[in-house]
Amino acid sequence: MSHATTDTMGRYWELEPHHHPEGASTSLGFWVYLMSDCLMFAVLFAVYGVLGTSFAAGPGPKDLFDLELVAVNTAMLLLSSITFGFAMLAMGKGDKRGTLRWLAVTLFFGLCFLGIELYEFHHLIHIGAGPQRSGFLSAFFTLVGTHGLHVTFGSIWLVTLMVQITRTGLIPANQRRMVCLSMFWHFLDVIWIGVFTFVYLLGMI
Amino acid sequence: MSAEHAHAHHDDHGHDHGSHASYLKGFVLSVILTALPFGIVMAGGFESRALTAVTVIGFAVVQILVHMVYFLHMNGKQEEGWTMLSTIFTVVVVVILLAGSIWVMYHMNTNMMPQMDHEMMQGIGS
Repeated sequence: MSHATTDTMGRYWELEPHHHPEGASTSLGFWVYLMSDCLMFAVLFAVYGVLGTSFAAGPGPKDLFDLELVAVNTAMLLLSSITFGFAMLAMGKGDKRGTLRWLAVTLFFGLCFLGIELYEFHHLIHIGAGPQRSGFLSAFFTLVGTHGLHVTFGSIWLVTLMVQITRTGLIPANQRRMVCLSMFWHFLDVIWIGVFTFVYLLGMI
Repeated sequence: MSAEHAHAHHDDHGHDHGSHASYLKGFVLSVILTALPFGIVMAGGFESRALTAVTVIGFAVVQILVHMVYFLHMNGKQEEGWTMLSTIFTVVVVVILLAGSIWVMYHMNTNMMPQMDHEMMQGIGS
């Protein structure tokens, strides 16, 4: 980045290079990315809202969804959110081993979530309620699948970050990555609140 | 400068990582706000379906706010308000997008020609 650009940016927000030699605006930039992701999910929610009652004489939510399974799934994601919070707190104390331990626990819950979701998808496709069955199921698989894909990539990122922290410790660059991944992870939990409310709970009323 | 001292500066800068207590508080609130709507729907809901739906959506909105405050540490001061501003902008766009799509498509469906029922649609599809 040229010096002139840095000066122009400095007028709009404080850069304070002595606190953050690099990446001073990373968390804001990442937040803007999350907001754009939020718009994408909003479109998928809108599609589900429009197509969610187009059953094409096929099965509806009450025939397919198992709320107990969804409750367990929600618990997994919620637990992974709090354990990521504990990883952030351990990082704040400079506790490398504690950070890695809590990240591993977070990864475990994230993988449990993905496992349960894959089981659900497999079960639905197995009984003939795959994405090609009806508009409702296409929208359902797209929305829930996109969220699952985000959790998958979040888990890959989590493993990558654990390797980086193991190798180089809690250096500022890794701390910045942790801040970004924690935002990503908590954001996915927020999206999941929308999914279990609008797709599962409202579908079962 | 010790590592802890450097970190204290880091926190002052607006990247609030929260405390043990605030994470636990957020977690307990989230569990309650998740368990209640699940419980209501699993028990069969209220007599009025609309009331059940509104209650469940209400719980979701409150839970999203709880996550924003306790897990994402949102406040008006982060990045001199730019985080909050981008969030408000996104929420406005999301509300227009969701409400607009569902409203328009609902009217399209209800104003569709009466003979366009799904038997005929299936006939076209096959």
